[in-house]
Amino acid sequence: MTPKIKCAVIGPGNIGTDLLYKLSRSPVLEPVWMVGVDATSEGLQRARDKGLKTTDQGVDGLLPHVLIDGVQIAFDATSAYVHAENSRKLTELGVLVIDLTPAAIGPFCVPPVNLAALLGRGEMNVNMVTCGGQATIPMIAAISRVQPVQYGEIVATISSRSAGPGTRRNIDEFTRTTSRAIEQVGGAARGKAIIIINPAEPPLVMRDTVHCLTETEPDQAKITAAIHAMITEVQKYVPGYRLVNGPVFDGKRVSVFLEVKGLGDFLPRYSGNLDIMTAAAARTAEMFAEGILAGRIDLKPVAKAA
Amino acid sequence: MTLRDGMHPKRHQMTLDQMRAVATGLDAAGVPLIEVTHGDGLGGSSVNYGFPAHTDEEYLGAVIPLLSKAKVSALLIPGIGTVDHLRMARALGVHTIRVATHCTEADVSEQHISLARQLEMDTVGFLMMAHKADATHLVSQARLMEGYGANCVYITDSAGYMLPEEVKAKIGAVRAALKPDTEVGFHGHHNLAMGVANSVAAVECGATRIDAAAAGLGAGAGNTPMEVFIAVCNRMGIETGVDLFKIQDVAEDIVVPMMDHPIRIDRDALILGYAGVYSSFLLFAKRAEAKYGVPARELLIELGRRGMVGGQEDMIEDAAMTMAKARGLI
Repeated sequence: MTPKIKCAVIGPGNIGTDLLYKLSRSPVLEPVWMVGVDATSEGLQRARDKGLKTTDQGVDGLLPHVLIDGVQIAFDATSAYVHAENSRKLTELGVLVIDLTPAAIGPFCVPPVNLAALLGRGEMNVNMVTCGGQATIPMIAAISRVQPVQYGEIVATISSRSAGPGTRRNIDEFTRTTSRAIEQVGGAARGKAIIIINPAEPPLVMRDTVHCLTETEPDQAKITAAIHAMITEVQKYVPGYRLVNGPVFDGKRVSVFLEVKGLGDFLPRYSGNLDIMTAAAARTAEMFAEGILAGRIDLKPVAKAA
Repeated sequence: MTLRDGMHPKRHQMTLDQMRAVATGLDAAGVPLIEVTHGDGLGGSSVNYGFPAHTDEEYLGAVIPLLSKAKVSALLIPGIGTVDHLRMARALGVHTIRVATHCTEADVSEQHISLARQLEMDTVGFLMMAHKADATHLVSQARLMEGYGANCVYITDSAGYMLPEEVKAKIGAVRAALKPDTEVGFHGHHNLAMGVANSVAAVECGATRIDAAAAGLGAGAGNTPMEVFIAVCNRMGIETGVDLFKIQDVAEDIVVPMMDHPIRIDRDALILGYAGVYSSFLLFAKRAEAKYGVPARELLIELGRRGMVGGQEDMIEDAAMTMAKARGLI
């Protein structure tokens, strides 16, 4: 039996549960703990049904078991407000933390763009940006690798049913975090992010539009090729990622119109926005796990602050 | 609305001098509250909605110092603008913030409305595309906004779709449900020529704030034309504080000459109201028709069928391309 890296999911909500389903399929990851704060949580019961150990005492309930159970990777799918504390406690024990909140205390990670570069750097906390960021930053990076992008703008449209209370309370954080990542990971000199929630029934599948303004006349052939190559990369972990229209070239504007359909593991297929987060987080963990198993990556506990 | 909704038919290209001339004219005519920003609110400057001739800071900075009685309002759409924009507007002397959401998504406005209230601004919750939710649902959304700190809630007919009976039912329901101190407002578009009638109906059911624009300068077939609304109010004995002849002169002498095209219920603007499509989509649809060969009317009907909401201008080009491909035009 091939060895697997043991992991814990913090937050048994929609994202945590969908993530659990993906982790259960992984050849290199073994989910062993689900952490929540509410004893009556359906998510905790679902995790128990799948054979995981659970605690309703939050991260503090997990800490005594981390070393004994060999937990090496943890996913935080709770909220930005509590993430820093969760992360500190876990990284002190040498656990790699993958942050699915907008807290972004660690570097941004968009797998097809910069995951490989992050792997060798000894990072103990990486942030998955936002759903809109995961869907669009690969496109911005593809274009900016061909020629400089002066301005990158994304418009993410999600169905009302797939926007939970966390998203709604953090709408400003969504736009700010995504804009920063458009610049830092996407490579645009300046970024802007817009998010729209649409209540249409039946629920709309996530749509993402990317508008780039290149500094000089866009090389249409090279950019088109780069876009298609990047779409293929994303489809390796998000098969429902599709180019609907474009690229459109209009002066220095390059526009790409995308759709993201989920796998339907736990979340419905229209929640492509949530699925791309869990898929990207799982993919990130798998790459780290492969590195750990091959002896290339050694997770070091982060020293307690004096 | 002349200087904010009016930015849509001007493609957000109003000059500072135009803003100054209109604002001082409105002030002199007795208009108490003048909204100034990019058509899509603070932070609207973008590829998606259009880059304006000047920043919100420049527009607000040009207008606010010139006003003697009128106050200035700024629109903010969460998801486009942020609390940082709100703080900027406050620092510039903006008096009123209007936080706008789609009429079923009020809970995205919590952080903005509560901050505006903390900053002691006149805080308005603005429920857009109000034809898309029934009265009961609108009441629950209005209550959320009131709970966050809004002292006024608007029912907004962004598509110019509503008819007077619907306006009465919805304004009446919201008026009855909110606290007596919370004002109710109505924002009309003239796409079915109902702007004035709907506004009168709203007043009769308890609205105390009505949006209007000189010469109707606003998205689609325009907002409720202010000079017409004032004339009707005078006839009906409704006090507005606005001088009819002065507002007519602003409309005729300053606003009409500024128009890039006549604000009228043309073939496409009528369809906005008929199919229930966000009014600011009009010029985008016309440009898509010119580029892809799909008639704007058919494009707008398709966008209505798909249930597009305010802010989804990107889907106009997307739908046009999909339809053009299906027809073998591209």
